[in-house]
Amino acid sequence: MVNIVPEITRKSIVELIENGERADGRSIDEYRDISVEVGVIEKAEGSARVKIGKTQLVVGIKPQIGDPFSDTPNVGVLMTNSELLPMASPLFEPGPPDERSVELARVTDRCLREGKILDLEKLCIIPGEKVWMIFVDIHVLDYDGNLMDAAVLGSVAALISAKIPNATVEDDKIVLDEENPVALPINEKPLMCTFAKINGELINDPSLDEENVMDARISIGVREDGSICAMQKGGEMPLTKEEVISAVSRTIEKTKELREYLP
Amino acid sequence: MIFVEDKALVVPGDVLADEEYHTGRGTFKEDNNICSSLVGLVAIRDKKISVIPLQSKYIPKRGDVVIGEVTDIRFSMWNLDINSPYSGFLPASDVFGKEKRDLNKAFNVGDVLFLRVVDVDEVKKVKLGLKGRGLGKFRGGILIYITPTKVPRLIGKKGSMINMIKDETKCDIIVGQNGVVWVKGEPQMERVAEKVINMIEDQAHTSGLTDRVRNMLSELLGKEIEEVEEVPEPDVDE
Repeated sequence: MVNIVPEITRKSIVELIENGERADGRSIDEYRDISVEVGVIEKAEGSARVKIGKTQLVVGIKPQIGDPFSDTPNVGVLMTNSELLPMASPLFEPGPPDERSVELARVTDRCLREGKILDLEKLCIIPGEKVWMIFVDIHVLDYDGNLMDAAVLGSVAALISAKIPNATVEDDKIVLDEENPVALPINEKPLMCTFAKINGELINDPSLDEENVMDARISIGVREDGSICAMQKGGEMPLTKEEVISAVSRTIEKTKELREYLP
Repeated sequence: MIFVEDKALVVPGDVLADEEYHTGRGTFKEDNNICSSLVGLVAIRDKKISVIPLQSKYIPKRGDVVIGEVTDIRFSMWNLDINSPYSGFLPASDVFGKEKRDLNKAFNVGDVLFLRVVDVDEVKKVKLGLKGRGLGKFRGGILIYITPTKVPRLIGKKGSMINMIKDETKCDIIVGQNGVVWVKGEPQMERVAEKVINMIEDQAHTSGLTDRVRNMLSELLGKEIEEVEEVPEPDVDE
């Protein structure tokens, strides 16, 4: 199914942005209402539900003991997957993950991994043999634009709130203490901001209608100190150097606001 | 025997009445009882009991006026999305007559048209037409999508609700039976109308809606409009 935006909807969005307004009454750099709840899934070691406007997703954290990769024998494993559920949008189909789903998972993974969110060395149980593997699963429940910011926000919140069993080694055997779970070794709290370029203007937190008419999109992940850990560009049109630089500085400012939603 | 009140909220399987009554839309008969098959509000008219769903999709009906978006151009027709599980088509002959011309010069993909449902056949192929007053292509304005069953509520008795919004916001508003609403006016007023229409959709199942719409309009438009509003109030109120 192709998504065709009515010409008059496109025109009205572009004209509003020209005057510094948005269809839902926000300013250019304003987010919709954000809510973050943690611990929403009982069966998962960590979880979060994030709503940005009508966009909604849940993130679950599951740990598992596994073999480390042979090139990094002393560090744990962090893996991110995403699922675009058909109930979230008429554009999402059941079946193997499509381009959007892969992109969402990869960009989130990049932001978390390069943002050094976890001290992965502390997740090593027996060096070279057994490590914790942490799985981050993102399920999109409702799609109204800007999945990436929501996915990163949810993943970080879920990882912060996660508690895994304490693993100790006794006589070369791993003993799990399920009674006294411990928090994950959180190092950093990277977050992401997405901008849509419409008619030469960069706007924060694009809604679905705005994503449908945008020329280009850029997502930037930053750590707490403002250093960049991830960047993804989408859409058909190019971005100028100035636009990228201004997007980065706006991201650093905006993530300070987003950070307040973290547990 | 009837087990529910008029306008009560029911869920699928709720027993509404026994065999004294007739089944209407959104109901079915089981063991001599009439049950609801939808989530919605009960509507009782004489001995006929039906359920009006809270959420619905538009099912095309001959004679309806609808708002559609051109999604595809074929050899001799346009395909249109009419906010429905079924897509519609507009034959080129309806626009050009017997003359042959380039279709995309008249309407292109992405254009929004105001049309009439000319015919719906057995397999729900929806034939659309442009013959009639006010039908044609929209230029400018915004589109708002509401649930089709709430269209009567938005229009109000003899158009009272929609006329109040039109008068207060000074916008042109056209409501398609398929739940698509077109609004054109000053950009700010378009936003006001959009907010009001979304509020009506939210609260369509409650009573006293006209008063709340009037309050919301005066609140959104500020004081000076409120005074003007006092004048048409008596005839709107009927």
